[in-house]
Amino acid sequence: MRPGLILGLALLAAVFAAQKVRAEDAPASCDVPSSLLESESSLPRVAEAVKAGRPLNILVVGSRSSTVGSDAANAYPAHMEAALKDKLPQLAASVSVEIQASKTAEEVAGGLVKLMEGKRPTLVIWQTGTVDAMRSIDPDDFRTAINEGVVAMQKAEADVVLINPQYSPRTETMISVPPYLDNMRAVAQQRDVPLFDRFAIMHQWNEQGDFDLFSAHHGPELAKRVHDCLGKALAAFIVNTAHVGSAQQN
Amino acid sequence: MSSIADQVAGPQVAGAAESAREQVSVPKAPAISLPVIGERELRLDLFRGLALWLIFIDHLPPSLLTWFTIRNYGFSDATEIFIFISGYTAAFVYGRAMLENGFLVATARILRRAWQIYVAHVFLFTIFLAEISYVAFSFENPLYSEEMGIMDFLKHPDVTIVQALLLRFRPVNMDVLPLYIVLMLSLPIILALMRWKPDVTLALSALLYAATWQFDLYLTSYPNGYWAFNPMAWQLLFVFGAWCALGGARRMSRILSSPITLWVCAVYLVFAFYVTMTWYVPQMNHWLPKRVEQWMYPIDKTDLDVLRFAHFLALAAITVRFLPKDWPGLKSAWLKPLILCGQHSLEIFCLGVFLAFAGHFVLAEGGGGAALHALVSLCGILIMWGVAWLISWYKHVADKSGPRKGVAGNADLAGGG
Repeated sequence: MRPGLILGLALLAAVFAAQKVRAEDAPASCDVPSSLLESESSLPRVAEAVKAGRPLNILVVGSRSSTVGSDAANAYPAHMEAALKDKLPQLAASVSVEIQASKTAEEVAGGLVKLMEGKRPTLVIWQTGTVDAMRSIDPDDFRTAINEGVVAMQKAEADVVLINPQYSPRTETMISVPPYLDNMRAVAQQRDVPLFDRFAIMHQWNEQGDFDLFSAHHGPELAKRVHDCLGKALAAFIVNTAHVGSAQQN
Repeated sequence: MSSIADQVAGPQVAGAAESAREQVSVPKAPAISLPVIGERELRLDLFRGLALWLIFIDHLPPSLLTWFTIRNYGFSDATEIFIFISGYTAAFVYGRAMLENGFLVATARILRRAWQIYVAHVFLFTIFLAEISYVAFSFENPLYSEEMGIMDFLKHPDVTIVQALLLRFRPVNMDVLPLYIVLMLSLPIILALMRWKPDVTLALSALLYAATWQFDLYLTSYPNGYWAFNPMAWQLLFVFGAWCALGGARRMSRILSSPITLWVCAVYLVFAFYVTMTWYVPQMNHWLPKRVEQWMYPIDKTDLDVLRFAHFLALAAITVRFLPKDWPGLKSAWLKPLILCGQHSLEIFCLGVFLAFAGHFVLAEGGGGAALHALVSLCGILIMWGVAWLISWYKHVADKSGPRKGVAGNADLAGGG
């Protein structure tokens, strides 16, 4: 028994040592595998607008995970706008955000067209799924709602990008996200709409050690950096999917 | 004894030769033929033990070890194995009780078992509540302010606890036991029907399954939503297990040993493997026709998708073909930990759920690195093994010193069943 105990203690020590080294690492870059930054589906209207030199109106519809604190400049839509302008300097892009806090996909889907009125967006980015997962909405109803929402937006002459829930390891024992991820993927495939896989990307960052999404004690800094990276990734995703980048970076 | 032990049918029937021998040795039996208690069917223990380990690993956040779980290589996962074997062993044990002692006594024993599972569930819920409350009051991360809204139920502990006792409020990862309780409660009826006509029972079960899909039947849960494992769909697997235990497996032996079955299963497993790979390597998606994709997705776990059920059947068919019940490896020391865990499945299942909670907690506090992650998984499995060993030892000692009870061993065989 004793050698086993010693071995165990040694292992434990090694693990904690490794932990410490990791924590001291400088904040890593937030690289994303290129497969997560492109889609088989396309964004024809965005591509057309960019090529014709028309301004690009983007509408982000999301729940509270599309925000950080109260300052909209910290959240990913603002970072995406900045990154888009970086990538496509000639482009006049304007991004507006409509936060639909604690509304299920079904509740949002009905009002999507109304949100689009007046703004006439070329692209609507719909971030959803979190509220439905928290309320354990029937996945079938969820899928129907997403489908209806997407169809309505396409009818209103907009390209659509779907964004799925965040990877949130701390609440994994409380919120069951997988059925909602699956159903969003299913609708995206069915409707030929690009899906920005926020869950997989954040999971990747956590695995690679770019961000420690587990830890309990983080101020707003971590959230801001994650959103910064998400915004950049989303911009890259849009550029790649619309095939409009002069140089397809990242 | 050996010729009797041969009758211990299972999904195990290994080959045509064996089945032929059985057909000779078994005289024309009544509608259900109960296997006589002989040697313990170690393969059941082995695979139930395996299922318990896999469920534990799947309940932890994904890590390197997750790649060893079968859900990454096909549609079905450990839950299917667990429910099937539970149905099998439950029918095996309580079916015998029903034949020997009658419907009432058997029902009483089944209810007692269901009560044990219920108590275990409530116990786990208490631990869960403690963990959640801790997280709710210590977690500060603006990134997840939306997700933390899930803690709102802590504002109404009265309602939450009552709903939990009614099995309507169930945290994630605590869905299997409520399913199990409902299945056990329906076991007396299933067994009574099986005694009458096993095939009709199975057909009725399939009918209920089909109706569940057709009419979208489900059980609601609190505060909203539905049961993550729909008992009306999952009962098919449980009843199928029971049907196999009560002679169905033996009658299927010819089908199981035919080369056509083997090929169909193999092709299907390869297809499932390929489809699963496309989830992880999106580039492979190009070779999967869109039409197939649209027909196939989503593969529903709640209602036990037909694709999942078929995947389990294929896996089981291949397993019983290549792993005969007298395989010497079953007695080897290497598989002993798995078999031990499988023999005490209710205890080890609960322990696994608890360890998964504890593991989440340790990972959260310790930073969640890959090494710590592996260590947590490994420790969890070692603890499961250790406790299973301890229970075995205790039962052994207690059996020796206590008065001999006639069929006491049966409940042990039922394990989680």
